[in-house]
Amino acid sequence: MVKLVLRDKEYEVNAGTNLISALKKCSIVPESVIATRDGEMIVEDEVLNEGEVIKLIAVISGGS
Amino acid sequence: MKCRKCGGKASINMRQHRLALCKEHYIEWVPEQTERFIKKYGMFTQSEKILVAVSGGKDSLALWDILNRLGYHADGLYLGLGIDGGINYSHESQRLTEKFANKNNLILHVVDIEKEYGQPIPVLSEISHRGHGKPCAVCGLTKRHEMNRIARDLGYAVLATGHNLDDEAAVLFGNTLNWASEYLLRQGPVLPESEGLARKVKPLCRFYEREMTAYCLSRGIEYIYEECPFAEGSQSIYYKELLNQLETTRPGAKLTFYLRFLEARKSGNLFIEHEVGRAHLHPCPKCGQPTSTSDLCSFCRMIEKANVPV
Repeated sequence: MVKLVLRDKEYEVNAGTNLISALKKCSIVPESVIATRDGEMIVEDEVLNEGEVIKLIAVISGGS
Repeated sequence: MKCRKCGGKASINMRQHRLALCKEHYIEWVPEQTERFIKKYGMFTQSEKILVAVSGGKDSLALWDILNRLGYHADGLYLGLGIDGGINYSHESQRLTEKFANKNNLILHVVDIEKEYGQPIPVLSEISHRGHGKPCAVCGLTKRHEMNRIARDLGYAVLATGHNLDDEAAVLFGNTLNWASEYLLRQGPVLPESEGLARKVKPLCRFYEREMTAYCLSRGIEYIYEECPFAEGSQSIYYKELLNQLETTRPGAKLTFYLRFLEARKSGNLFIEHEVGRAHLHPCPKCGQPTSTSDLCSFCRMIEKANVPV
């Protein structure tokens, strides 16, 4: 399994899937995050490997 | 996916431009594009002094970094709003802003709202009864007033803010839903200088919010990741989420929405300007900044009300 972490939430997807499919499976809007593996940014066709943790950085900020 | 410039592994894919870049080429591309927008919209020149409104967030720190890399004379302004929210929000954002300034040997002006006006933003909001229980309206009003005051007092030619395309598209979306013609006619990358008002510019207005996050990560810029405690559930965030859903299925939808609006506004076909009528502005008798009200400006009225003992 692969773990996706977004703020205080964790999601699990099967290894071998690519990033865009993983985000869609977790109902995460791809435009709203940047995905990182070991601190390096990865793009949507990147295949996720067994046991790894992908950190998702939320990009939306604002107020009022 | 490969970098279009070098064929190396891509770090970011910007579907609206059909452009994927590696980290190295991405951090070159962002300032190049920023320079292009600065020139295209006639924001400022190399000889002008720029005051950058810096909050400690990703956009404003990225903007300061980019302008500095491009060789502009850009100093920072941090406004201490006194927002805690259980996460030391203002304190932490000030710390990160100062850290960035020190690391890059940049000049930072710090203004503490409580020291200037007697109360922090949440208390000013509570006492003045503005904003329906949330301090965002008072915060916005105060920031606009103070940024303008300080830019003019300190002799800066222009005030630059870190608004990105998602910010602009969200405002545009809200104003379009309400057909707020006066606001629509004022929105743009540059608000020209006028009597009592400093020129305001938004050099990042054509970058997606996602791209600014990517820029900070690529450049190692430490910014406040936590959201303002009062921003939760805000209208602008809701609009951004809606627009991002649209963008996911229609890449480029946000960019087209904003750029076509700018084109329509520039062509004069959006609204017939003379029918909108310009508000008559005169100097506030207390602070001297322009206001359309008959007496004190909204900001001074709010401060006066906030300082009345209860």
